[in-house]
Amino acid sequence: MKLSEIKSKLDLVSRCGEDYLEQEITGGYCGDLLSDVMANSKQGNVWITIQVHLNIVAVATLKELTAIILVNGRKPNEDTLKKAIEENIPILTSKLSAFELSGKLYALGIGNI
Amino acid sequence: MNKSFTQTFTVSGNNFSDAGKISTEIKMILKQLGINSDIVRRVAIASYESEMNVVMYACKAKIVLDVDPEVIKIIVEDEGPGIPDIELTMKEGYSTATPEMRELGFGAGMGLPNIKKNSDEFTIKSDVGKGTRLEIIVYIN
Repeated sequence: MKLSEIKSKLDLVSRCGEDYLEQEITGGYCGDLLSDVMANSKQGNVWITIQVHLNIVAVATLKELTAIILVNGRKPNEDTLKKAIEENIPILTSKLSAFELSGKLYALGIGNI
Repeated sequence: MNKSFTQTFTVSGNNFSDAGKISTEIKMILKQLGINSDIVRRVAIASYESEMNVVMYACKAKIVLDVDPEVIKIIVEDEGPGIPDIELTMKEGYSTATPEMRELGFGAGMGLPNIKKNSDEFTIKSDVGKGTRLEIIVYIN
């Protein structure tokens, strides 16, 4: 499934990286500890987190994640957005919790692949 | 890849805004050298965790990337407080991160174990009050 499809189906708000929404998603990973995400996320995953600071972009870049989705209505910091634009990493936001959003992604067929 | 490649980088402690920059550069270099993407990903994880350890705990460090047709070697030599008990630090879940670092999602106690897991050979030496030296080796074939 494409990132643009989950964006519209789950009411996600795009904060940057609109040009990269046609990428295919291979699965998802949910976590707020950066080393855990470094160790366990997979290339092409969407990453669900409540972390909004700049260092999430390096993790997404190094692991070649498709996008970062910030949950619980959180918004990215200014410097996070700037860095994400530089690194071509889409950041989307959701009002839902990590649990609810992960459940909805699973229901759409996005698993931990 | 037939040629050898060496590059030295400098990382400053406490510079969170540039954290991950060197690892991103190393990853790009390895990709350009045509190294297999699974190997590049392993090296990227190991170098990221090393770089973050410098940013969080050390004053500064020199990171040397050395690639030859057989192996990728990364040496991280920092000037910092050193590690009094290496065995303890290698245990998953053990961390000396401050509450501020933990709030940012650091301090999972997975850094050094992640480096070891993604290396074919890993050595760590530390002098308390002076610094720590990591040697990470990943075989290309």
